[in-house]
Amino acid sequence: MAEKVLMKGNEALAESALRAGCRFFFGYPITPQTELAAYMSKRMPKIGGTYLQAESEIAAINMVYGAASAGARAMTSSSSPGISLKGEGISYMAGSDLPGVIINVQRGGPGLGGIQPSQSDYWQATRATGHGDFFMPVLAPSTVQEMADCVYRAFDLADEYRTPVMVLADGMLGQMMEPVVLPEPKESLPEKPWATTGHKGKRAHNIVNSLYLTADALEKLNIERFKRYEVIREKEQRSESFMLDDAEIVVVAFGASSRVARSAVVAAREEGIKVGLLRPITLWPFPTKAIEGALSHAKAFLSVEMNMGQMVDDVRLAVNGRAAVDFYGRTGGVIPTPEEVLSAIKDSAKRGGVL
Amino acid sequence: MAQDEKLVFSRPHSLLPVVTNYCPGCTHGIVHRLVCETMDELDIEGQTVGVAPVGCSVMSYDFFGCDMIEAAHGRAPAVATGVKRVLPDHVVFAYQGDGDLASIGMAETVHAATRGEHITVIFINNAIYGMTGGQMAPTSLPNQVTQTSPYGRDVSKAGYPVRVCELLSTLDGPAYIERVTVDCKKNIRKAKNAIKKAFQYQIDGVGYSFIEVVSTCPTNWGLTPQEAFEWMRENMLPYYPLGVYRDVVADGYANAAEAASARSAACPIAHPEKSEGGN
Amino acid sequence: MAETTYPDRKIVLAGFGGQGVLFAGKVIAYTGLIGNREVSWLPSYGPEMRGGTANCSVSLASDPIGSPLITAPDVLIAMNQPSLDKFIDAVVPGGLIIADSTLVQNIPERSDVTVKAIPAADIAEKAGLKGLGNIVLVGALFAADPFCDPEVLTAAIEKCVPARKAAMLDKNKQALSLGIEA
Repeated sequence: MAEKVLMKGNEALAESALRAGCRFFFGYPITPQTELAAYMSKRMPKIGGTYLQAESEIAAINMVYGAASAGARAMTSSSSPGISLKGEGISYMAGSDLPGVIINVQRGGPGLGGIQPSQSDYWQATRATGHGDFFMPVLAPSTVQEMADCVYRAFDLADEYRTPVMVLADGMLGQMMEPVVLPEPKESLPEKPWATTGHKGKRAHNIVNSLYLTADALEKLNIERFKRYEVIREKEQRSESFMLDDAEIVVVAFGASSRVARSAVVAAREEGIKVGLLRPITLWPFPTKAIEGALSHAKAFLSVEMNMGQMVDDVRLAVNGRAAVDFYGRTGGVIPTPEEVLSAIKDSAKRGGVL
Repeated sequence: MAQDEKLVFSRPHSLLPVVTNYCPGCTHGIVHRLVCETMDELDIEGQTVGVAPVGCSVMSYDFFGCDMIEAAHGRAPAVATGVKRVLPDHVVFAYQGDGDLASIGMAETVHAATRGEHITVIFINNAIYGMTGGQMAPTSLPNQVTQTSPYGRDVSKAGYPVRVCELLSTLDGPAYIERVTVDCKKNIRKAKNAIKKAFQYQIDGVGYSFIEVVSTCPTNWGLTPQEAFEWMRENMLPYYPLGVYRDVVADGYANAAEAASARSAACPIAHPEKSEGGN
Repeated sequence: MAETTYPDRKIVLAGFGGQGVLFAGKVIAYTGLIGNREVSWLPSYGPEMRGGTANCSVSLASDPIGSPLITAPDVLIAMNQPSLDKFIDAVVPGGLIIADSTLVQNIPERSDVTVKAIPAADIAEKAGLKGLGNIVLVGALFAADPFCDPEVLTAAIEKCVPARKAAMLDKNKQALSLGIEA
């Protein structure tokens, strides 16, 4: 087995991206993702890769667009305000069916917001990162190990479905150190016959494009793309269950807040409350199947988030009126305490008639 | 072809046999042809990746025979940068209009140039937003009437036009910057030479190259093609003088890096090789 | 590596930026890695790092760690007065406070915690180890509350000081011993 090492989340993610075959990183400095760019700037020149500090977040995502067009595994990373600027480029990538990986180490918002950890870009990531009819897979790590695992998987998903993929982390996961076993370096990467790599006179010219001036043509393409999204919904939902088998109260939490929620679940179980944790790892596609499974025993769901209540929308859509859905959150960069979440679990239990 | 006929003129191979969307009298057609002649003559069509802008030439990905990418508005130099970093042995060019290059994409333009990206940028400057129907451009002239400067460009409120060649020539990254036009045979030949040289510099690793083509927009200027050229010669050329703004090879350097090094000769940190014993 | 039998610990280290609280925390975190325990290390980050106060949370546990942000520490290592003032009330009853009395002049009364004040920065400086007060404090913590095997602690120091800085490694080990003896 590979060696277990102690690493910061941002650095583990960066190293794992390299092992996934990413050799092109385009970034712009912003707290709290800076270690990621710094790690890339240190390592890329030593392995024949490119680290390029772009003039802006906008340029960075468009460099990813260019590198992805040329068939490479490419990545950019930022934090919340910077992701807003990348929204345009992500929409163009979706519209041009380009693979690529975008990291958001979230901080508090809106506006310049703060620099403390937050999950307030859930809607942005899963609903409307940019303009137009599109989705992209969004992976939410909750440990440093998962920072490494999610980005590794993100590159595969991106290539398999020809889509941008986002890893939605937060300042806490980026900054903290935990033991991690890094994945093995990829030996081979998928062929990309669609890429603009020069036709060498051997084929018709390839075009990477998102412009379709005929409404019918654009509709047809969007419908085809949504069929692909259906396959992703069917095959790629991921979540983790903790003490869920007999849970009457189901706490739903992802990323940093899921760690707090886990502690609260343990404490609530010690008090005899039948509570469990459902932790979405894919935020899009949302793990509706896992929610469906929990509905056989759940009387109430409690979404715990570091925002004013965003993922709770997806919980409600999945539950669809079949159980109570509550929300507890802290925002602005405040991390909820296990005690607060325990108290919210008790409130849900009372409302659900369980306590 | 009959025995006594001789082919003297044909479509370049890399200019695809499709109908373009350009207006009659538009200079895009001429410049497309010059770029494609260049690709043919340098035999690089199969090794070239072009990046199209947003603007009248947005659909040039259907016209150029090389692999093509359609970029977001203004982002072509950033996209071209990404491509070139992945394919350093290929030829990469961006083809952009004035709104795309000098307004919304000015940051990408300046930074690709100052990084000295080994790409070629073809800049069509016709002092107007053509595709959206004739609005004021960053290069619209003082007092020029457009849809969004109906009383003429009032420089006290709308500011002054950007002279891009002059601006970029202050940077160390570019190897070659020239402003040309295509209003007559002589100037078309000059433009062709400039474009070919720009691509050749990229192939030879001399550095970033930039060709501005002072152009017309008969449709939105409300003039016939010949009147448009006349207006261009009379008004645009005095504001945007033709000529070479930077040519590091002509200046006696092997490439842009060497020229930049000479320019910064007095700066110690830029020249660690000069410090005795190093640090 | 021997199976660990040490209790879970939630440790907050706090001081001025530049005093090495993050590094000291890292040493403690590495004992967890080497001892095959669950471990997390979370620094404060942002502008407060620059000249203001810096702190980090280190958790050592046998089960997966929930929040890495410690709001109720078992142990507080305070390297300056503002840090002690900020965190003293958060320490759990029965907890332990290690304070560097070189900079912490005033320790508020709390009868339900153990307080160990040692002039760590002075001790380090007098021994020619200027700047290693942080490691003296780690030694003092180890003496008051052995949180891992002694050889694990030594191995952790070796992990944290790069091999090419052999001289620094010796100094760190010396600082650790001084702390244990203090």
